[in-house]
Amino acid sequence: MAQSAVPAVPASDAAVTPVPLRELAPWAVFTGVLMLVLLYFVGAEQGATALFEGETVHEWLHDGRHLLGFPCH
Amino acid sequence: MNSPSVRALLVRGMLAGLAAGVLAFLVSYVLGEPRVEDAIALEEAAAHASGGGHHHEAAPVGRALQATAGLGTGVLLYGVALGGLTALALCFALGRVGRFGPRATAAFVAGGAFAAVTLVPFFKYPANPPAVGDPATAGRRTALYLLMIVLGLLLTAAAVLLGRRLAPRLGGWYASVAGGGFLVTAVAVAYAVLPGVDEVPAGFPATLIWQFRLSSLAIQATLWAGIGLLLGELAHRHLVPERAAGSPADRSGSSAVAA
Repeated sequence: MAQSAVPAVPASDAAVTPVPLRELAPWAVFTGVLMLVLLYFVGAEQGATALFEGETVHEWLHDGRHLLGFPCH
Repeated sequence: MNSPSVRALLVRGMLAGLAAGVLAFLVSYVLGEPRVEDAIALEEAAAHASGGGHHHEAAPVGRALQATAGLGTGVLLYGVALGGLTALALCFALGRVGRFGPRATAAFVAGGAFAAVTLVPFFKYPANPPAVGDPATAGRRTALYLLMIVLGLLLTAAAVLLGRRLAPRLGGWYASVAGGGFLVTAVAVAYAVLPGVDEVPAGFPATLIWQFRLSSLAIQATLWAGIGLLLGELAHRHLVPERAAGSPADRSGSSAVAA
């Protein structure tokens, strides 16, 4: 309504202050690795390679692997 | 606008991934599971016809569980992991890719990730239903698939860097076109150089493969759209103070409409 009457504050145009890389790095390394391990278990454990013996992980995630696009067997 | 906290965005990313995973699970159950069942029926008919044994019969997990709890576990964990990784990428991109607000930046990051880790690998090594694919080559196919994902990420990142480098000289539009052209060309070269995989058994219905692959693409599209939109919304609410959200002072990106 009266929006155009209020002059914009130029400072707010500078969108978001970027996160400093040295602050982001430890998060990126630690959680990044954690998330990739999670993806490995969803997509490849007891398929292409195996950390645990047996087929339970493979069979439990069987349909998900096929439908998410991982080569299953 | 507040400055972003990595921890807060990471939590929001995993939550967005979980919610998007629920949506993707619904799509996979409704669209994907009937195709999986059809493919397994064909696989078992072929195994009976040849008189051989079949590895699904000795399986420790029954079909009913695979199609519900198993599928749900896979899709939800996949969603949480990708949501978390997208949040980390968003933390890096916020304030670094032009004057976009959190919602537009999240949509940009999720869209780029969808192209890099889903579309680029999909057109070379698409998803296959059960009964398609030789178990003996599973290791090689997994390696090629992962290689394609890594290539997709690297080439997409290179295209963005190239676009940014060219922007001062060419302007935003032509720099973006040049970046996109580089990506398409580089991916086409990778497709041409990498070995193909064609292990569809003779007589396997083409329609079923097409439907299976479309449903796989629908699942991924749902997941990435969900992550992009939900993470953007949550990041917007975290970063744009309530009182400023609808004010004219907040002109960053697409946030003209109050949340």
